Amino acid sequence: MMLIPCPYCGPRDELEFCYGGPAHMTRPELSATDEEWTRYLYHRQNTKGPYRERWLHAYGCGLWFNAVRDTITHEFQRVYRMGAS
Amino acid sequence: MSAAGPYRLPSARADRAIEFHFNNRRMCGIEGDTVASALLGNGVRVVARSFKFHRPRGIFSAGFEEPNALLQLHSGNEAIPSVRAPLTPLRPALEVFTQSGWPAVRPDLLRILDFAHPLFAAGFYNKTFKWPTWRTYEPLIRRLTGLGRVPPGSDPDRYETRHTHCDVLVIGGGPAGIEAALSHASSGAEVLLVEQRGTFQGDATSLTGLSNVRLLPRTAAVAYYDHDLVTLAETTHEARQANSPRERLWLVRARRVVLATGTIEQPLIFSNNDRPGVMLAGAALRYLRDHAIAPGRQVLLATNNDSAYGVARALQSAGVAVRGVIDSRAQVPASALEALGSLQIRSFTASIPVDTAGFGALKSVTVGRLSADQRRVESRQTFTCDALLVSGGWSPVLHLFAQAGGKLTFDEPSGAFRPASDHPSIEIAGEAGRPPSGSLGLRISPVGNPARQWLDLLHDVTVADIQLAIRENFTAVEHVKRHTTLGMAADQGKIGQAPAAEVIARTRGIRPAQLGHTTFRPPFVPVTLGTLVGRNVGEFFAPTRRTPLHAVQAEAGALFADYGEWRRSAAFPRDGKCSEQSISREVQLVRNRVGLYDASSLGKIELAGPDALEFADRFYVNDLLSLTPGRTRYGIMLRETGVIFDDGTIVMLDTDRVLLTTTSGGAGRVAAWLEEWRQCEWPQLRVVVVPVTEQWATVALSGRHARAVLERLKPGCSVERRVPPSILAPDAVVGPPDPHSARQLQRRTHLRDQRAVPCRTAVVGRPSGSGALLRHRPLRSRGAAASAYGKRIPAHRNRYRWHDDPRRCRLRQARRRERPTLHR
Repeated sequence: MMLIPCPYCGPRDELEFCYGGPAHMTRPELSATDEEWTRYLYHRQNTKGPYRERWLHAYGCGLWFNAVRDTITHEFQRVYRMGAS
Repeated sequence: MSAAGPYRLPSARADRAIEFHFNNRRMCGIEGDTVASALLGNGVRVVARSFKFHRPRGIFSAGFEEPNALLQLHSGNEAIPSVRAPLTPLRPALEVFTQSGWPAVRPDLLRILDFAHPLFAAGFYNKTFKWPTWRTYEPLIRRLTGLGRVPPGSDPDRYETRHTHCDVLVIGGGPAGIEAALSHASSGAEVLLVEQRGTFQGDATSLTGLSNVRLLPRTAAVAYYDHDLVTLAETTHEARQANSPRERLWLVRARRVVLATGTIEQPLIFSNNDRPGVMLAGAALRYLRDHAIAPGRQVLLATNNDSAYGVARALQSAGVAVRGVIDSRAQVPASALEALGSLQIRSFTASIPVDTAGFGALKSVTVGRLSADQRRVESRQTFTCDALLVSGGWSPVLHLFAQAGGKLTFDEPSGAFRPASDHPSIEIAGEAGRPPSGSLGLRISPVGNPARQWLDLLHDVTVADIQLAIRENFTAVEHVKRHTTLGMAADQGKIGQAPAAEVIARTRGIRPAQLGHTTFRPPFVPVTLGTLVGRNVGEFFAPTRRTPLHAVQAEAGALFADYGEWRRSAAFPRDGKCSEQSISREVQLVRNRVGLYDASSLGKIELAGPDALEFADRFYVNDLLSLTPGRTRYGIMLRETGVIFDDGTIVMLDTDRVLLTTTSGGAGRVAAWLEEWRQCEWPQLRVVVVPVTEQWATVALSGRHARAVLERLKPGCSVERRVPPSILAPDAVVGPPDPHSARQLQRRTHLRDQRAVPCRTAVVGRPSGSGALLRHRPLRSRGAAASAYGKRIPAHRNRYRWHDDPRRCRLRQARRRERPTLHR
């Protein structure tokens, strides 16, 4: 069970969080082709190493935030608020 | 003979006897005994029957690694199966039972399976029990294995979970663990020291006075998870006291972990190395020192390292006849021989046991003299003895290190796995961290029948099984494990792991270091399900949600059932009729007259803020921007993939307040979905999302007379047929929804009004004027409501399907195969 540093509350057990998938996804325009939509909806990098992702501190402050996590070691290298980069 | 059994040495303090029962036979132990030591003291040789062959098995070790002595404590609902006897303290009047064998562990008529052993080679069940299916044979085979029975009733014991933090977690209460705890404590760190046994194996008195040291005896560290979370299983043996849990699960977040977990002695591999009477030499020493127990009358030791010489000396000094020490090394260090001192103990070098004899228990051991190249045996000699103590080297206990992601490598001189790298938060102390000096001798007999050389005692895996698996091309160590079930038993193959690696490597013709090892997974030692579950059983398993009208319905004689997390009325039985008849009656009443349906579980979410309507509009496929205060609309919400996510009505309460309803099961996920988009995608919209399911009671009024009831409840409000009303009450809401969906609903019901009121009103303020009317008309149940919409309801899924034609509305018993997916 990971120890996740919530930028608002500090380090808390993974049990308190919900995973939100990759961060900084750019949504295609409504006029985009099916291929572009498919890529946006289903194609993921499955990165090995540092990975930007979204987390929700669901059983804490209830706020979403971004994190850079190493998918090999599970080390949280950085967390930052939604909207920051 | 001592009162505490024939194998108890005179030095034992027999004055403090403890009586217990083993398979309903009265026996006597002494204070400080474990179940294993008490049984050994009483001369009990056979404590189990093996998994496949039903061979007799005796106590093999003195610790958590025990593969044979898994026994049941107590009986009936209080029974605890598969308890490791060496770790279980003896208590007065304890009932101990064996778990295997038919009709009993001794005699066991299933021993006949042993004579058919060539039939039960590795993977035999995959190859044999295929027709018609494995399921045909599974129940019988499971019974034959004798791995304990689940108690019949519910568990009377209580369990609990605790969370804690510490700077340093020290695992292992031996001398190295105590030393590590002391040194960390003296630098001011918060230290937690855990030990599996009831007592610490060293001088722990110096720790007891320190305020920053916590001691947890009878506690096993069972798993090492991400970011240094270690779970511990504590057994409180003062069990079955009021308000005291029997076991406790600890979740410890440690800054640093010290593994002072010591070593496990490995066996020697030779024919019939599983007979009762064969025991690890270190275990025999522990039984001798801690419990004054002689492992036998005539004892032979076999070793490939120095440690057994000290055991021989201790046994001989305590008055046990030692027949000799067999050593597979040609050159025994002088220091080892010196340990024998002036005692008359014969020592045989370059020799290894090759076979044993005895039907129930050990009677004799055949020892072979090894040739110079150690590939053959030049001569044999038979020793009469009733105990053979073996030592095949010592393996560091690094399971937690490997679970934490540490890498292990096979160290050939010590014949064991050792750490290949450092782990940033783990420190390995004591014997677990340093390979023993000196190199090991041969530990696998070069001669004998491989089908009778056991590597995994609990799962009956032999050298022949490994050879067969490799012949069948299961060569990788993980494949060998899965094909033979090597190390997959309750003991997870703690004994015999290192020799097994050697056997696999030798059969494949490679070095053990090239082989690697299987993945170490939690738990390190068996943990009861009760410990893991803790208090989350019964009514604490999940919260139960009740609607605000629960009490009213209970008063009306409702039968309740659980639909998801909600407890809702299923039927209102009258006059002793069964619930199915009641549901039919309620359906009839709703069809012909009128009924109420408690729809309060319907999810409700309020959006507040100037941009509330704009925000809501972005989620539904319908246009909402044309809604005006007081108006209602039905809407469908999609995922980004275009799949329907949820549906419900959107009620514009005011210019800056919008109330959404969702499906009962969807309330949580819709609220989370809205919140995610609000925070992550549209933070500029001025709106807040408030789940208000509990704050509103919702009642659906259905049937031919619905309009009349409504008009009497709220004089002055007119509900025109087929025309959706704009507003019915100032404090509340409304339906039917917009004309399109209203048509759909009206196809099934003459009129359906959904009326949500703040729940305080609903519970308290049932209008008295309408009371009579409502009392005579039963509340419509959930089941009936479902029939009106032609939907199936989960609680009834296996028994009924609901037909949506209102004229023929009835329930019909549906056979499983005919079950429709969605009947609409």
